[in-house]
Parts: sequence; C-alpha cells; structure tokens
Amino acid sequence: MSQSQPPSSATTRRRFFTQAGAGVALLALAPGVRLAELAVAASDDEPVTDAHRWGLWVDTSRCASGCDACVSACNDEHGLTGMGRPETDAQWIRKVDLKDETTGREVSLPLMCQHCEEPPCVDVCPTGASFRREDGIVLVDKHICIGCRYCMMACPFHARSFIHEDLSGQKTHSPRGKGVVESCTLCVHRVDENRAPACVDACADAGHHALVFGDLNDAQGPLASALAREETDELRSDLKLNTAVRYSGV
Amino acid sequence: MARIGGNQLCRTGIVSLFLGCAVLWAPVVGHSDVATPKIPAAQGGQCVEPVEIMRRDHFDFLKHDRDKTVHEGIRTIKHSLAGCIDCHATKNASGQFVPINAEGEFCQTCHTYAAVKIDCFTCHATVPAVKMSQSP
Repeated sequence: MSQSQPPSSATTRRRFFTQAGAGVALLALAPGVRLAELAVAASDDEPVTDAHRWGLWVDTSRCASGCDACVSACNDEHGLTGMGRPETDAQWIRKVDLKDETTGREVSLPLMCQHCEEPPCVDVCPTGASFRREDGIVLVDKHICIGCRYCMMACPFHARSFIHEDLSGQKTHSPRGKGVVESCTLCVHRVDENRAPACVDACADAGHHALVFGDLNDAQGPLASALAREETDELRSDLKLNTAVRYSGV
Repeated sequence: MARIGGNQLCRTGIVSLFLGCAVLWAPVVGHSDVATPKIPAAQGGQCVEPVEIMRRDHFDFLKHDRDKTVHEGIRTIKHSLAGCIDCHATKNASGQFVPINAEGEFCQTCHTYAAVKIDCFTCHATVPAVKMSQSP
C-alpha cells in the first residue's frame, strides 16, 4: 500500500502543474481583462500586487564612460562601504565598459540585478530567502538567508554580494549584515513611496538621463512607452529570464 | 492492605515535602540578588501596546510584521523595529543618539537582565533614521 502511494501522488502533482500551466496560459490570452485591473491603485496598507511590474530601461547611448554617478548614489543610499578589498566588497551596481574587438565600437553600461521574471537565484535558494515580490522586485529576505551563496553562483549577471565582515552604521531603510547575501533592491523602500531608485535620480542629476524607471505593465507610462518605441535587448536573452532591466545599444 | 498503606505513606511524604519546600521558599520568592534593570524612559507618548503585552510579546509582533514589510511591501505596520528605536533611543551629552543596543540602553538593558542575545542589530540600524528635512 505504502509502495503504491508515491506514484499516485506524483501523478496528482504532475496533473496539478499541467492544469496550473493551462491557467497561466488562459491569463496570458486575456490581456484586456488584466489591464483593466491595473488602473486600481493599491493603498499603503495592502500587499503589493502584480498589477505593477517595476523595471528599468538603460539607454547606453546616453551612458557616459567614466561616469559612475549611479554607483556612487547606490552606495550612498544603502550605506555600502568598501573594506578596501574589491574582490569581495559589496557592489550592487557595477559600471561595465564593452568594446567590440573587430569594429572598435565601445559602450558603457551599468549592470545590476536584472529583476528577472524567472530568477535563477530564487530557483536555487534552499530556504526561500531569495524571492520575487508580486510586483517583480527580486529580493533577499535576510531573516532567513543562511549565507550558502548558491544564488551568487546561479546569477548569470554576478549581481549579488556576500557580506564577510561585521558592519555598523547601517541605514534604517536598508538593513545589511554579515553572513547574508544582498543585491540591488531596485530601491524598494523608495518604490514603496512612489519614488524612483537612487541611481535613476543620480543619472538625471548628472545630466545623462540614461536610466528610465517605471512600470512595465503601464502602457502609457514612461518605461513601457519607451520600450514600445525603442529597440531594446535583454542581457543573456538566450536564458529566457524575461528581465525587467532592458538595454539599448548593446 | 500493606500496599495501600505504603501508597498512603508515600502520598503523605510527598505532600509534606511540598509543604516543607513552600515554607522554606516563601521568603525567597520576590527577592533576587540580581538588581532589576533600570530601563531608560521613552521619548514619545503612549507605546503601541500596553507595557505588559509589549514585555511578553514584542518579538512575536516584530517577527510577524517584518514578513509583511519584506514580502508584501506594507510599510504602515504598527509594530516596526524602526518605530521602537524612534521612541526609545536616547541622546548623549553632546546631543548624539546612542545605539539602542549599547549597554544601559533600552533594548540591551532588559536583554542583559534576561540573558537573551539580540540578533536584530547585526543588520538593523541602532539609531533613529535621519529625517529627510534634517538632511542637507
């Protein structure tokens, strides 16, 4: 009896996933219905929903090589201070300069957590600490992170950092500490206050306007309308992660 | 009969033992060699819950509400660690906030008394946030 149990439960589970898949497909087939729901703004007391999906557009034609205003702003906003060890110091945004060896064309871009719809970091996390919020922001719940760093190995963008040493003087809105993994939060504390991430504001203040923040689901909003107009790419689109950060000119 | 007699003897012995202990311990209850903690007064008015409830249940409140904030983005919650610090942090002679987990401060005083290690401040800020209007 007990031997016949596992196959039947496995079959049930498989049927559940098949049916769940069909449900998702139906939802995708009815975008008009879902868009109508998006107009309803949630109050501060209610959980975030998938009515929004926050994302970024990086226009590399506006991103200046040598400028690191976004990186500095990120460090200030979250209190990221180096220990003088670049190999292991926390870094939520890094500036990357690319050069086509054949043509000599150069491009500079900021690289951070891409807030994937199918995040590999969430897939591999053994405790559920890596998670994707309903509105698409990928985060680490540091209360339950055990510091195994599987997510760091799984991330194709090397977007995550591990904190090796005791910290002090953390910001109230950005708790950070030894023994857990962290990465770009898309400035979730600012997003929850209807403000743009610190890097986006800093890029605009520097006069470049290379970063556009917004809601991928809001067709009339600055981000979705820009992405509908411009030619953009996902980094590592071959992995089919459906990233929320899109790049032009790479 | 002999067994019943033995049981009765045993019962009487246990009751006597309890009574004896109660008499011996009576003067001890309510007295401790460890001084009760001197907890610094809060800055704000009324706490979010009555004192007796906070003393017993504050960690349950914090644990429950942290999940609401981290996973659901609800930042209007009643029981937040930042809220505790806003009211209970004290300033030193030069007007600077003292970390709330420093010896003698609100959180640490009681946890030293209760011999409970607080892990919150490995990651969380120990002084109130600088308000936007105060920053340059």
